Amino acid sequence: MNVTRRDSDFGKKVIERSGTDINRCLHCRCCGGGCPFIAAMDPPPNNIIRLVQLGMKKQALESSTIWSCVGCHTCSIQCPMAIDIAAFMDVLRGLAIEEGAKIAEPDILGFHQEVLGSIRRYGRTHKLEIMLRYKLKTRDFFGDMNVGLKMLARRKLDLLPSKVKAMAEIRKAFERGKSRALQIVAEKGENP
Amino acid sequence: MNAPKNRVDIAYYPGCSLATTAKENNRSLIRFCNRVEINLVELPDWNCCGSSSAHSIDSDLALDLAARNLSLVPKGMSLLVACPNCLLRLNGARLHLKNDPEALKRLEAEFGRSIDADMKILHFFELLATVDLKSLEGPGLKGLRFVPYYGCMMARPPGMMDERPEQGQMEAALKSLGAEPIRWGYASRCCGTFLSVARPDVVTPMVDDIIKGAVKAGAECIITACAMCHMNLEVRHTISKKVPILHFSEALSLAIGESDKDWFTRHLIDPRPLLRSKRLISQ
Ligand code: SF4
Ligand code: SF4
Repeated sequence: MNVTRRDSDFGKKVIERSGTDINRCLHCRCCGGGCPFIAAMDPPPNNIIRLVQLGMKKQALESSTIWSCVGCHTCSIQCPMAIDIAAFMDVLRGLAIEEGAKIAEPDILGFHQEVLGSIRRYGRTHKLEIMLRYKLKTRDFFGDMNVGLKMLARRKLDLLPSKVKAMAEIRKAFERGKSRALQIVAEKGENP
Repeated sequence: MNAPKNRVDIAYYPGCSLATTAKENNRSLIRFCNRVEINLVELPDWNCCGSSSAHSIDSDLALDLAARNLSLVPKGMSLLVACPNCLLRLNGARLHLKNDPEALKRLEAEFGRSIDADMKILHFFELLATVDLKSLEGPGLKGLRFVPYYGCMMARPPGMMDERPEQGQMEAALKSLGAEPIRWGYASRCCGTFLSVARPDVVTPMVDDIIKGAVKAGAECIITACAMCHMNLEVRHTISKKVPILHFSEALSLAIGESDKDWFTRHLIDPRPLLRSKRLISQ
């Protein structure tokens, strides 16, 4: 790992945006111990905290860890220092997009893009369309076909979206665009 | 029914899952509330709370989407949120606005409606605590052996640790209606949430572990507090032993003799054989 390229302000920025002080971390590793997704994370969550503390931005932002974290807060109830790890991960995902980092889990980002695209179009999520568009995007047409068909047969997927009436209010929320991440996500695909 | 009581009006946010994939959850919840004289007033023109995706990428968007729903709550009313994830989003936004008067002002101006950052946002469990379940007539749950499944709803970010914990509420409610809760180790294991779509390879073994845990505990069914959990458990398990999975609201409605066969045909694992054997449904 290249330890020479450090961004000394990086930790400060992350703390500011997330509102959680990662410098309190004891590296006791309770968070990773209880995380249900630890198998899909490389490295474990406290190592990401360490990387950010050390200003090793690239390694932190290009990790699979930040994308595999679902924000379930299982770690928060175990953390002795009350660090909001989910909020910390939220900020790193946004920064990874803003800083043009290589996205370790493009399918997971692709899924978020489809969900946000649906909310932008309808104000609500239209699950059938999200699934179909996600399939197109990942070019994985036949994986999970079975699950999709079963859901259709059980009437779990509505064919038509239900739509918010005051869509101007929804669009405003998307346009506020303080977040560069959201803008970049929007520029890259036509959604959201 | 007993003598007419005063009906209580409560604003109701169903959220996308209950409005679509988990309609049976929505309908059984409304049916139960109706019976106990709670009138759910659906928020007019509600929007998605932002789900897991908005805050994953953009916390500002997440705040605005959640806040719009808060601006739709009629003055002075409490808000019932059916889905634990939506609840976390909406209550998180409420707390944020309580501590950030500028954001509150901006959003009120944007929507042209006021937002009461002190409004009560309730989970169904809290509402249930005000109901005398034992007084309700109905067949009860006839010794139905179940494991309660809360998923991650009992975990919270550190800033919300003071909010009321939900642990044990399903067990207490269903026990008072004649069901038999079984202790097990998976009650608050995460169901995999949205990774179920993007990383089924990761979620499938997690879900299988949960179902195996239920089988080992000797449960006749799993009862879930969250529609997303319900769906992930149903679609992602690969083990051959099928354990029916009921929404908590379905179990409650069954206990008071209210159900609709349409709810159960929407399940991927058919719960009807179990419910028939317990004489909880007839057909
Ligand atoms: S549990 Fe908390 S203190 Fe321990 S390593 Fe994780 S973040 Fe750091
Ligand atoms: S919030 Fe993220 S890091 Fe924490 S337990 Fe859940 S998935 Fe793991």
